[in-house]
Amino acid sequence: MPETMHGILSLSTQSIMGNGLRPLLGMSWMLPDQASTYAPDVDNLYLFLVGLTIFFTVLISAAILYFFVKYRRRSNSEIPRPIAGSIVLESTWSIIPLLISFGIFAWGANIYLTEYTVPNDALDIYVVGKQWMWKFQHPEGQREINELHIPVGKKIRFIMATEDVIHSFFIPAFRMKEDIVPGPSRYSTVWAEATQTGTFHIFCAEYCGTSHSGMIGWVTVMNDKDYQAWLSGGAATGTMAERGAALFQQLGCITCHKSDGTGPCPKLEGIYGKQQDLEGGTSVLADDSYVRESILSPTAKIVKGYKPLMPSFQGIVSEEQLQQLIAYVKSIGTPVAAPAPGKGAAPGSVPAAVRPPIMTSSASESIPPQNEKAGSESQNTQAEASAKSAGVKR
Amino acid sequence: MPSEIGAVHTNGDGGLNYLNNGHGLRSWLLTKDHKRIAILYLITVSIFFVIGGVFALLIRINLLSPSGLFEPDTYNRLFTAHGVIMVFFFLVPAVPAILGNFLLPIMIGAKDLAFPKINLLSWYCYIVGACFGLVAIIAGGVDTGWTFYTPYSTSFSNSNVLLVGIGIFIVGFSSILTGLNFIVTVHTMRAPGMTWFRLPLFIWAHYATALVIMLATPVLAITVALMAIERVAHVGIFDPSMGGDPVLFQHMFWFYSHPAVYIMVLPAMGVVSELIANMSRKNIFGYKFVAMSSLAIAVFGFLVWGHHLFVSTQSVYLGLIFSFLSYAVAIPSAIKVFNWTATLFKGSISYDTPMLYGLGFIGLFLIGGMTGLFTAALGLDVHITDTYFVIAHFHYVMVGGSLMGFLGGLHLWWGKMTGRNYPEYWARAAAVIQFVGFNLTFFPQFLLGYLGMPRRYASYPPEFQLLHVLSTAGATILGIGMLMTISYFIWSLKNGTRATPNPWGASGLEWHTSSPPPTENFLTTPIVTWEAYEFAPMETMDVLGYPGEPHTPAQPVHSEHGTED
Ligand code: HEM
Ligand SMILES: [Cu+2]
Repeated sequence: MPETMHGILSLSTQSIMGNGLRPLLGMSWMLPDQASTYAPDVDNLYLFLVGLTIFFTVLISAAILYFFVKYRRRSNSEIPRPIAGSIVLESTWSIIPLLISFGIFAWGANIYLTEYTVPNDALDIYVVGKQWMWKFQHPEGQREINELHIPVGKKIRFIMATEDVIHSFFIPAFRMKEDIVPGPSRYSTVWAEATQTGTFHIFCAEYCGTSHSGMIGWVTVMNDKDYQAWLSGGAATGTMAERGAALFQQLGCITCHKSDGTGPCPKLEGIYGKQQDLEGGTSVLADDSYVRESILSPTAKIVKGYKPLMPSFQGIVSEEQLQQLIAYVKSIGTPVAAPAPGKGAAPGSVPAAVRPPIMTSSASESIPPQNEKAGSESQNTQAEASAKSAGVKR
Repeated sequence: MPSEIGAVHTNGDGGLNYLNNGHGLRSWLLTKDHKRIAILYLITVSIFFVIGGVFALLIRINLLSPSGLFEPDTYNRLFTAHGVIMVFFFLVPAVPAILGNFLLPIMIGAKDLAFPKINLLSWYCYIVGACFGLVAIIAGGVDTGWTFYTPYSTSFSNSNVLLVGIGIFIVGFSSILTGLNFIVTVHTMRAPGMTWFRLPLFIWAHYATALVIMLATPVLAITVALMAIERVAHVGIFDPSMGGDPVLFQHMFWFYSHPAVYIMVLPAMGVVSELIANMSRKNIFGYKFVAMSSLAIAVFGFLVWGHHLFVSTQSVYLGLIFSFLSYAVAIPSAIKVFNWTATLFKGSISYDTPMLYGLGFIGLFLIGGMTGLFTAALGLDVHITDTYFVIAHFHYVMVGGSLMGFLGGLHLWWGKMTGRNYPEYWARAAAVIQFVGFNLTFFPQFLLGYLGMPRRYASYPPEFQLLHVLSTAGATILGIGMLMTISYFIWSLKNGTRATPNPWGASGLEWHTSSPPPTENFLTTPIVTWEAYEFAPMETMDVLGYPGEPHTPAQPVHSEHGTED
């Protein structure tokens, strides 16, 4: 009871409309599954606007129909007395909609800020969009195509890139959507916390060519126990950071970026989540997008005091490998605690949140013997092929 | 006739008019008469409307089944062709190039537009550009969607992107030339006594539209040209693998295409003002508010393009600004709806077809405009953008708005344009059928969209099927309504009764000349001594709430041109 009171007092309509009215009105034909923490907020605004629309539509239609009958033309020579207008009336019906509109703006903006303020204690899931499939990687190393398993009640941060054109990651049950735009310095980030177990659609919402409508997947939300069981059952070959560490060696990054800082390049330990000073006096936050850009177009931002020596790895590392490398850099970085809007494009935005290091500092020495690149790639291609043939239309 | 106020001579029926003054294809294809050019536009734009409509029905047929009836590639080409044709070759030119061209000079008492040859040139631009589009479709079509988002359109699509791009580029010049002509004409060619605030609201709307056309269309031309350059020469403008930025394309594209929705709907709003006023014999309630709201929409319409990019990785702060501005631009539209409704109060309302379209417009535009509040609400748009909700929203505004306005106007002025009346009974029936069909087509799409059905899907999960089937049923009814209208219009050209100069008892200069008008529009230059929509002498006007502004009968003015306010 006190819970409800609090809900009403704080004007959180969630408990009233979001959960209370829903079964009452049997609105499943009107609302999709409500499976994330912010889904009820979105639905409440939606239902409010539906109500407002009905109100104005009925009001004006009723007025029109009434006038239509009452003032229908009775004789063809009839000329009504003209009415010039009314400053009072016209001001009223300009100002009232204006106030209502700005209220809706504030309401919508508030939800938007929630949707794009990525929490700092989230579990990272890496997403790659590719014509025409979704590829997922878990930090623990599991990889999936068009299927995604996540735990219920945990904040999940989706870090997303595309291999080709623009895609858009859309889970209607979570009321969550964000485009994934190609480009060396661009990662898209969104987050959600699932509130119920079950299986929900993943759609691609940005037109991306022939099989755009086949770019459909499923997210399976599991309780924590099942999720752990699923994780340990999967054929993971090392966590993402471990794979990244292996790549770091294999691609020769390690010869230049020495961990003791004696190489010709900046050492990467501890940079993640910190401001990096650049040549020319500016500085940049070392987040996922920055690391990605540094690998794909290294000359775009040169760290202060270093020469543009690094070659581009564009076309050499795949999107998944990029994400593994970033996971590695992150694992040897230092976490910062501050939630930030997920769309990092704005200059001066708050540092992106970072989850605690996946590996201990000794991790770099304990890399598993690495020549799995070829192996994992072929495994990947196989999975892609089967996803193309079987998983696409469902 | 009650509205024949002022000393204007009409030239009676059966005399020389613009239709019988010169015969043969040559006299039409080389004409400089704005009325004949309007008819050329009417014929060609209608053909494209029919083609676009056929594509629409094919789209709906494909969506009858969850697995889709056509190959995905075929479907992608269908919806692209539908979008490109409807937007660039129908909605943009429909009202201004046909009704605007025909009526704008007559309504201000001018003999023609300011630049008759440029007017003809603009029709040729339209034809050449539209033919490029047609050839592209016959040659296999385009599969990018009418939005041409990069890098898909520049580096991935194997379709006729270039041809269509060239077509759109050329058609753009057609609108620019029309816009230029309108602006100059309104400024310099008004009849004596036709002051700015005596202009019909149709003219105000077209004037505002012309401003938007002049400022926005060049940006489209540049965007399309850059896209073509990137596709041919592989210069990195939009493709990130060559150093470009795909979101830059979206900004440039919507910088044209958001104002473009006002290019489509503002002229229709002008038509609706005429419909409501003339069919209820009332002056438009708050004339100046409505006139100024057209200008306000034109100006603010340039500031909100970013609301199409809320989930495009645009920064959160930009999203906030664009959302805020979007709400500001919603208000002038709301004002118009309220004012039109208030105009009916104590009117003398006719049930004839033009009025049915006028009311249909208000109803559909109301829902279209209200759902704009949904899409402009940031947190909510994240869920509904790129779904069927958006499709329903913009069809309610653009089809419900522009098409209803266009058809309403065509019925109101059909007798004036062709000299023949259409059959009233069939026309009313068709209007009602279209209204029902339209709502059955697009209302289910709001529900579909909120349930999560993404747009541009050739196949879809089975749970969406019922709503899709309803929508297709609606589209069929709508199609039947359209077919009726096209049929009786064509039928009336030969069999319709002869139109009189002013069959509706309407106000406005176009009703002071014969139907169809003579080549120079009026036998003698009219001198305007009355206000817009003056159906009765002004001394009897009820004045609510304008205490300091008594209406005195306007004095005749004898200058060469209209007086400035
Ligand atoms: C006045 C007549 C209007 C027309 C002709 C119109 C037309 C359109 C069109 C064509 C689109 C679709 C673009 C696309 O995705 O392909 C659209 C989307 C949109 N409209 Fe309107 N609209 C109108 C009024 C409004 C109003 C008054 C608002 C604001 C309150 C509004 C807000 C939006 C927003 C925010 C979108 C983007 C939605 C999204 O992509 O998720 N519109 N509109
Ligand atoms: Cu996609």
